[in-house]
Amino acid sequence: MDIHEYQAKEILARFGVATPKGALAYSPEQAAYRAREIGGKLWVVKAQVHTGGRGKAGGVKLCRSEDEVADAADELLGKKLVTHQSGPAGKIVGRLYVEGGVAIAKELYLGFVLDRKSERVMVVASSQGGMEIEEIAAEKPESIVKVSVEPAVGMQAFQAREIAFALGLKPSQVQSAVNALMGCYRAFEELDATMLEINPLIVTEDDHVMALDAKMTFDDNALFRHPAVAELRDKSQEDPRETHANDRGLAYVGLAGKIGCIVNGAGLAMATMDMIKLAGGEPANFLDIGGGATPERVAKAFKLVTMDKNVEAILVNIFAGINRCDWVAEGVVQALEKSPVGVPVIVRLAGTHVEEGRRILARSGLPIIRANTLAEAAERAVAAWKNNANTVGLKVVNA
Amino acid sequence: MSILLDRTTPVLVQGITGKIGSFHAKEMREYGTNIIGGVTPGKGGTMQDGLPVFDTMKEAVEKTGATASIVFVPPPFAADSIMESADANIRLCVAITDGIPSQDMIRVKRYMRRYRAESRMRLIGPNCAGVISPGKAMMGIMPGNIYLPGNVGIVGRSGTLGYEAAAQMMDLGIGVSTSVGIGGDPINGSSFKDILELFEADPETHAVVMIGEIGGPQEAEAAEYIRDHMTKPVIAYVAGLSAPKGRKMGHAGAIIQAFGEGASEKVELLRDVGVAIAPTPAEIGSTAQKVLKAA
Repeated sequence: MDIHEYQAKEILARFGVATPKGALAYSPEQAAYRAREIGGKLWVVKAQVHTGGRGKAGGVKLCRSEDEVADAADELLGKKLVTHQSGPAGKIVGRLYVEGGVAIAKELYLGFVLDRKSERVMVVASSQGGMEIEEIAAEKPESIVKVSVEPAVGMQAFQAREIAFALGLKPSQVQSAVNALMGCYRAFEELDATMLEINPLIVTEDDHVMALDAKMTFDDNALFRHPAVAELRDKSQEDPRETHANDRGLAYVGLAGKIGCIVNGAGLAMATMDMIKLAGGEPANFLDIGGGATPERVAKAFKLVTMDKNVEAILVNIFAGINRCDWVAEGVVQALEKSPVGVPVIVRLAGTHVEEGRRILARSGLPIIRANTLAEAAERAVAAWKNNANTVGLKVVNA
Repeated sequence: MSILLDRTTPVLVQGITGKIGSFHAKEMREYGTNIIGGVTPGKGGTMQDGLPVFDTMKEAVEKTGATASIVFVPPPFAADSIMESADANIRLCVAITDGIPSQDMIRVKRYMRRYRAESRMRLIGPNCAGVISPGKAMMGIMPGNIYLPGNVGIVGRSGTLGYEAAAQMMDLGIGVSTSVGIGGDPINGSSFKDILELFEADPETHAVVMIGEIGGPQEAEAAEYIRDHMTKPVIAYVAGLSAPKGRKMGHAGAIIQAFGEGASEKVELLRDVGVAIAPTPAEIGSTAQKVLKAA
């Protein structure tokens, strides 16, 4: 789960990481009022969106008066911000963070990740703040410092000092950097984050080390033990189809194609998408309804996939293991009889009691296109999608 | 022979009194697995479908002599159960549970390193379908009837895609020595490389089918192992060709976060070291057949 910059900064502040003075605003008037509260002569108005690359896309505005703050807020609120990381759909700006300007002496990069290779938390830092880490890795790889944390004891102060000195900080700045690094690590570890990025981490002209930006992602599997973190979820930043799916326990990712997919198991779901692509189509979604594939889940899945108005055919691919094909087939038939979907439906069943399952589909009288193998299923789905416009006979009608 | 387990392996079920644990305990027994008891804290001294239930793993191992355990414990408590197994001197632990926090798994892996490599428990999973040595025994949730006994090893992250591969192979008369699901989590007990090593050493395994997916470094690590050490032919398919970058595809670990973690990059790495690539997921069986005929 992702959270907003201002939320990440509130968390980090609790763990002793310094951040510039700032406050949240939902309207231009509120933004101007916040600027007055913060004081000073320079403010930054930042769009709060769950994506990177905000600055380049015009989501961060430097302002020199309260009027400028109000104008910037007026322009940003409600705007759809499309960045190079957000995808073409962009993210709607519903909240703004107004921050006091700071005199920056140096910009650094600081990241914490779960490193899958070493199976530990890895700290990644660089003296080249402000650039994206991919750019730093390509252009200034020698500036990158990596430190791996021993899970039994957690991050130690000497490791933080090593990083601070390696980044070229002066002795007068090191203690402030150690506080920031240790605070970030504690927040990461205690709250089950999977990613924490401070870019830039700045050194001010008076030798303070501060988080000027902050991005945090949390482990969905650990949210059960962090209810306060779970509450920070902002559904307005999610694809509504994905919100609907996730709230119902289905793993769904919306894509741009026309062929909807309903599959049990993540690997088989990915393989089904691959098959559709190789057969000349494009998948409309990834959807894993779980290894079990109960009839209730199949019904939910049909509802979800048809929420996407781009869907022109639906491929159901179920490999029944412990649950049997006849049971899954009954689920499919019931779901389609209850709520017809209006596009061709291709069903491929495999596994336990497959013959009985296929008989149930055939006997249902529903215009379900049946397939026996994965290859057949993908070919028939792509063909049905291409012929959708002129194959009225295949359409599922009210029974 | 097979790897990891056979008909004699004595197995405990952690979470045996739960709905899922009790159901699969029965399925596994019917398949021929030597299930000898289970553990549910607080239910010690009771019986579950004729099997003794114990409060702790230590007691269960002491009383039954079990060497393997399978974990069906819910995600908040699963990491603790895995560590309890390691501490009770279990040799093989298969964790089925999906949804264990990553930092819990980091702790589990760190905890297991208290033991020397040669006496360390082998962990398979979590978030996996388990292990089956067809015709002998299974520790998992797979449908046993889709596996023909034979000489090809299977190792993969995904459960149902593994079933798909096994079923394709069965249709072509190709049997399986052991099939191992290593699970879809970012931090797991055994990697592709760990299982390839076992297959390489197993005289009854003549070739290996490897089913990878997007995300993580383990397919690349396997490619290095195959290049340097593997004498048996390997057939591979990598799922997620059409997966977008930065999106989690069902499995917690199926996410492209860095260069080299996409399906096509992984396929290239494997092809470069002589692995036979199944061009589509529908051709895993037929690619294996071609490789076996040429061998």
